[in-house]
Amino acid sequence: MSSMTRRSFLKTSAQGLAVAAVPVIFKANPLAALSSPLLNPDSAAEYYEHFEVSEEIIRKVMASALNKGGDYCDMFFEHTISNTILLEDDRVDRAYSNVDYGVGIRVVENDQIGYSFTEELNPAAMGDAARTAANIANQSRSIPPAALDFRKAADFYPIETLWEDVGIKDKIPILRKLNERVWSRDKRIINARVYFVDTSTYKMIVRSDGVVGCDYQPMITIYVLCTAEDKGKREQNNFSMSVRRGIDHLTSENLNPIADEAVRQTVLLFDAVNLEGGEMEVVLAAGESGILLHEAIGHGMEADFNRKEESIFSDKIGKKVAENFVSIVDDGTYPGARGTLNLDDECNSTRKTYLVKDGILLSYMHDAISARHYKVEPTGNGRRQSFRYPPIPRMRNTYMMPGPHTKEEIISSVKKGLYAESFTNGEVLIGPGDFTFYLSSGYLIENGKITRPVKDVNLIGNGPDVLTRVVMVADDLKLSEGGGTCGKGGQGVPVSMGLPTVKVSSITVGGRS
Amino acid sequence: MSKYDKIELARWVVKKGKQAGADDISVDVIKDRSISVDFRDGKMEELKESSQNYLSLSVYADHRYTSHTTCDLNKDSLEKFISEAVAMTGYLNEDPYRSLPDPKYYKIRNDIDLGIHDDHYYDVTSEQRVKIARDLEAATSALSDKIVTCNASYSDSRAEFVKINSNGFEGERQSTYFGVGVETTVKDVHGGRPGDYDYIGSRFFKDISSLERLGRTAFKRAMQKIGQKKIESGVYDMIVENRALTTMLAGIRYPLTGSYLYRKNSCFENKLGEKIASGKLTIIDDPYLKAGFSSQLYDNDGMATKKRALFEKGVLKSYLIDWYYSRKLNMEPTTGSESNITFALGSRSPEEMIRDVKQGIFVTQFVGGNSNSLTGDFSYGIVGLYVKDGEIVHPVNEMNISGNIMEIWKNLAEVGNDPYQYSSIMRPSMYFKDVHFSGI
Repeated sequence: MSSMTRRSFLKTSAQGLAVAAVPVIFKANPLAALSSPLLNPDSAAEYYEHFEVSEEIIRKVMASALNKGGDYCDMFFEHTISNTILLEDDRVDRAYSNVDYGVGIRVVENDQIGYSFTEELNPAAMGDAARTAANIANQSRSIPPAALDFRKAADFYPIETLWEDVGIKDKIPILRKLNERVWSRDKRIINARVYFVDTSTYKMIVRSDGVVGCDYQPMITIYVLCTAEDKGKREQNNFSMSVRRGIDHLTSENLNPIADEAVRQTVLLFDAVNLEGGEMEVVLAAGESGILLHEAIGHGMEADFNRKEESIFSDKIGKKVAENFVSIVDDGTYPGARGTLNLDDECNSTRKTYLVKDGILLSYMHDAISARHYKVEPTGNGRRQSFRYPPIPRMRNTYMMPGPHTKEEIISSVKKGLYAESFTNGEVLIGPGDFTFYLSSGYLIENGKITRPVKDVNLIGNGPDVLTRVVMVADDLKLSEGGGTCGKGGQGVPVSMGLPTVKVSSITVGGRS
Repeated sequence: MSKYDKIELARWVVKKGKQAGADDISVDVIKDRSISVDFRDGKMEELKESSQNYLSLSVYADHRYTSHTTCDLNKDSLEKFISEAVAMTGYLNEDPYRSLPDPKYYKIRNDIDLGIHDDHYYDVTSEQRVKIARDLEAATSALSDKIVTCNASYSDSRAEFVKINSNGFEGERQSTYFGVGVETTVKDVHGGRPGDYDYIGSRFFKDISSLERLGRTAFKRAMQKIGQKKIESGVYDMIVENRALTTMLAGIRYPLTGSYLYRKNSCFENKLGEKIASGKLTIIDDPYLKAGFSSQLYDNDGMATKKRALFEKGVLKSYLIDWYYSRKLNMEPTTGSESNITFALGSRSPEEMIRDVKQGIFVTQFVGGNSNSLTGDFSYGIVGLYVKDGEIVHPVNEMNISGNIMEIWKNLAEVGNDPYQYSSIMRPSMYFKDVHFSGI
């Protein structure tokens, strides 16, 4: 390459080695770094240049994609740069980076999908992928793509410095600070690991109906794992933060709780008692417990499962499913949250979608195909793991709106039950509606008071049943900053979840008999 | 890109890495082509076909280490990628344990033919692929009007791998894979829509045959779930069907690894040679199984694979230690990437074992749950069938089992004769005594 352009730099650089390269090229004028042309642009021009394509090339590829009669096609351009740094034994001695670059081409004929992708963005390779995807259709008609019209993205995660402009030198002190804080919090700590993962994703979506849109999606994930030992007994736990923010978000105020919570949730386990399993009252702590919604109702409300009649919610729209004070949303617009999107992966605007409003089941979460099937507006839930996958309806940030009760009222109303606080994973069977979520730590509630810690039990319930058993909802809604990665159909996407303090009158909790 | 092009590319990457200042380089180049066809309710639902490339690079420089991947194999891009990877490595702390493996571990058994590549892969036509999925979907949908929806899918893939370690290792392999599955959903009058699936896979296209039985099994299994209910909490016998058992096996796999042992996060620390499970449990890591889904002559480090027992008659015989952790833990390396996991088998089928159950649950599926690698505590949701006096009474759901790894594996009373054929983990069904179930 003869000269170093921003495009070639971005395309090839993985390592956040911007410490060496960036000051020369981009930060000569400090203002330039603050206003990257790729952030919330007013036209697609910069992204065309970034992906080395033109409108003319795109229209030719789309014409190939539609030449067997598909009635719609789209192209999903993606460039993702991800860096991971790991600290263990007081040393930052491991780093990993990944560059992903390519385009996915989807052809739709009614609700049938042809899909192909290529990692080479030249006209020949894209043309081959287009002709492969075109095979889903088998007709003589051919619809030319419309003229392209730019759709400006929202701006729910404004950022000053792109993550690939932050060098490893600037990240290492953050890991060190967290590590020192973990070791200083409790002398029983015997091992600590700190992970720092930053991701920059550039996306451009072009549709045959003439819409084009672009977005830069930042993500920072910090993850602290620790092991502690006390009188020969060991316990481990972890805590994480994952948000669409820049390095300016990583203040002591935002970082310290990650170390503090990781340590607190580890050492409390030394006092944990065995729980007697069975059906019991469960109070879900505000925040992470939103995993209940994700599993109990979220997946079952993704429109594809309903269009295919696989979901237990397939015939429940408009019906009363919970108490009047229960409202549940899936929100793609929550500022800086892990599941937030300025545009979804089909170039539709995201929104705050009510799944349940005042106890009534209101709306599924749609991608373009299901929205067309149900003759409704897309809700901005069309998402994909990467350009290697077609989009499907997925959650974003799923949470319950605040209710009329208080946390104190809720806890004091329980004679004997579980206060569920932190979780590792969950799963749902879409058809029967059985769902589970795994409690890594929580407490017993005895006679209206939080008492001894408990750990490592699975909670299992039935989605529609549990919704009817939400008997109290507090006013203290909290969105989990830890977030999670949701898996469906072999695709993982970042999501978040939240909940006010909630009381469920009965769930089957694991434990000894 | 041919096999020789990939080897050439990998050698070029090693050369460029060393020129940029690395002491040693490890490179993997992978090319993969995959195709899938899905039919639902009489229509092709999805057709996917793509090829992808992938290059992974590990840099060893001045006792420092980093690792990088990219899908952009353009040489201009790669040259810059490599030089930045090496430069970045300089910013990290030294790690005296980082190095490529000792070349004495590179003695690969090249005399063994793993039989993991179907030379007829390119003879398979689009029409054949489509017909398999279409016919299976049609045959399954026709089984009963109780089926609400049915999805049949065909997929195949072909992958080529090249690996070079700059201190004297070069390896390559090609493999193919073919799989067919069908899933049905039926309606329960109580409102639920239980579903189930059946599936086969093989390294060879010729094995993808007599598929109608897949639909019959999927339908039967879905129907078997109608009328599920939970029973009272209690201590019961449990037979876990082979298909479901991977969940419990994961609980004893992670604590075997070097990473978990090193960060003091394993319930198996200092337990080598101790009896962990009942004498019925023998688990062998077998890299040479003909046509196995994880058969391999060398592992992720490039070290020659060996057949070895992980558990023998309940005794913990081997950890899973890759090269790096062997140095950190001062242990002999085994492998960080297991091959096919096989088991000593019993003589009876799960149906025969069920006849011995006075009161218990035949678990056909685990739902969620997890296992604590350090304390061994676990808890999983289950779906299954309630068994009383040797007879299946009714389907069960919405229950949990809980316990500790160090207890439940000692309660393994019998191992079935039915290794699961379509996975690299070839587990038979297993019968456990005295398991804590929570329900009503």
